[in-house]
Amino acid sequence: MISWREVSVTFGDRRVVGPVSLEAADGEWVGLIGPNGAGKSTLIKTAVGLVPYEGYAGIGDGKRRAGLDIAWMPQRPHLPDEMSVANYVLLGRTPHIGYLGSEAKHDLEATTLALERAGLADLADRSLATLSGGEAQRAVLARALAQEAPVLLLDEPTSSLDIGHGLEVLEMIDRLRIADGLTVVTAIHDLTLAGQFADRLVLLSQGLVACEGSPSEVLTEERLRASYGHGIKVVHDGNGPIVIPSRKDHD
Amino acid sequence: MKAGLAPGLAAPRIGARRWLSAVLLVLLVMVAGLLIGSVALPTTGVVGAMLDRLPLVTVEHGLTPTQLDVLFEIRAPRLVMGAMVGAILAVAGAGYQGVFRNPLADPYLLGVAAGAGLGATLIIGLGAGTGWIPPFAFAGGLASVVLTYALSRTVGGRTTTSLILAGVAVAAFATAIQTFLLQRNNDTLREVYSWILGRLTTIGWSEVGLLLPYAVVATVALMVHRRHLDVLALGDEESAALGVDVARVRLLVVGAATLATAAAVAVSGLIGFVGIIVPHTVRLVTGWSYRVIIPLSLAYGAVFLMLADLGARTLVTPAELPIGVVTAFVGAPFFLLVLRSMRGSS
Repeated sequence: MISWREVSVTFGDRRVVGPVSLEAADGEWVGLIGPNGAGKSTLIKTAVGLVPYEGYAGIGDGKRRAGLDIAWMPQRPHLPDEMSVANYVLLGRTPHIGYLGSEAKHDLEATTLALERAGLADLADRSLATLSGGEAQRAVLARALAQEAPVLLLDEPTSSLDIGHGLEVLEMIDRLRIADGLTVVTAIHDLTLAGQFADRLVLLSQGLVACEGSPSEVLTEERLRASYGHGIKVVHDGNGPIVIPSRKDHD
Repeated sequence: MKAGLAPGLAAPRIGARRWLSAVLLVLLVMVAGLLIGSVALPTTGVVGAMLDRLPLVTVEHGLTPTQLDVLFEIRAPRLVMGAMVGAILAVAGAGYQGVFRNPLADPYLLGVAAGAGLGATLIIGLGAGTGWIPPFAFAGGLASVVLTYALSRTVGGRTTTSLILAGVAVAAFATAIQTFLLQRNNDTLREVYSWILGRLTTIGWSEVGLLLPYAVVATVALMVHRRHLDVLALGDEESAALGVDVARVRLLVVGAATLATAAAVAVSGLIGFVGIIVPHTVRLVTGWSYRVIIPLSLAYGAVFLMLADLGARTLVTPAELPIGVVTAFVGAPFFLLVLRSMRGSS
């Protein structure tokens, strides 16, 4: 599990997050939603230790071991052009390697497993520059899997993908979560996808939790319009709420 | 490839053939450097005299005491110094490029060169002997890097951009003072200028001993962190998320590289271009990994500077060319050639 307790982040004299308290239980998928600038990425980064904050953010036992407890998939990852997919995913083993050490056999095995699970086994020796957007996103996911951390924090895992590949990546994350009992927290723009995959949604607005609950509790026109503005419609089918943009004139 | 592992999956390392060819080339150039010079020495005599120096070996070499002096007190220390300075500049350049993720980073980036130049100008202007140049150049070089580091902390926290910009400002400032001093003391111009262009001429074993500890410290520090440099290719945030203490790695690598560069500059002047072209040529041929680039830059930096010095000593005999002129004059076209052929083939 991972929890944030009374976490607040201040840049200069502007408070951008908080105080926020929330929690994701073992094996749970929590979706962070909210308009641009609501503080989703910043909140995620507090748990990774990338931004200074007040309060507590971590996996519960107090001490955070960078990279071992939490794997983070950034919104805009650096993908060094020449590096092969295999070597890139191997970097995910960094937290397991001692300061003066180098990769051991079990690191190579864990990397192979991560590549296979992300469906990249056939692309392992290709360079990152030759990958399509969907393949690159899976490579970043494979690197996070290679860390073998119990908590996955994913910042917009589908932002650069078309609707089909976005769905494919989220399905993959879901399968892995169920298989390994991973705790998953995703910041995600697409509200419909967020509702279909997350067990629970947390709507952030201006750095604070506006509401949280099951997708059908959070994804209502009234609540979304309060944060996103008026042009939003919610319809329902068997799979849960579907959020669609709607021009005001035609509302 | 081991069965059961993904294709192409292995930690980056230097293959046996690359190691062997690097070591052989270093040895070959060393032998050439001992044999070739403005004073002709008989080849058999040189080989014999070298064997004679080995413990428990006695060889009749037939060299006169003067010839032995040329060999062991002039050529050998100069050769070793050339190899050390070349290795230091190349590996420091590779380290800088790694921590700053900037292909244009060179060992002089943070103001070492300008600071060392100012130190040398000051001491020459004060009328002290040339023997005082190394300590003052060393002090000037280190002082300006410390200043650069302190300034970058006050203006922009820990970002690399603020560090590089502070380096530019400190270098410009030091160069301005140096130019002013040179304008005021025309008579020192020539001496300072000759130091700036780089020289291995006055090198003896004492200078080799001076540089050795810095060379060893820098080499060890960079070799230890070469895997960390590969992780840093992912950027500061992603490296930190993988458990790398980015600020500490950067400080250690830059600190070690700078210390060694300052020491090299102090004894040999400003030899340009080695820190850029050697690591880049190695990178173009062998790929992205610093686990390969760092050790091979050591070897090929040594080879490159020994060859450049060979050129400096022999191209216009009996005079000598400044070695900095040779490294740039030969290095620039060679580098463009490598760049062209690699880009063309990829």
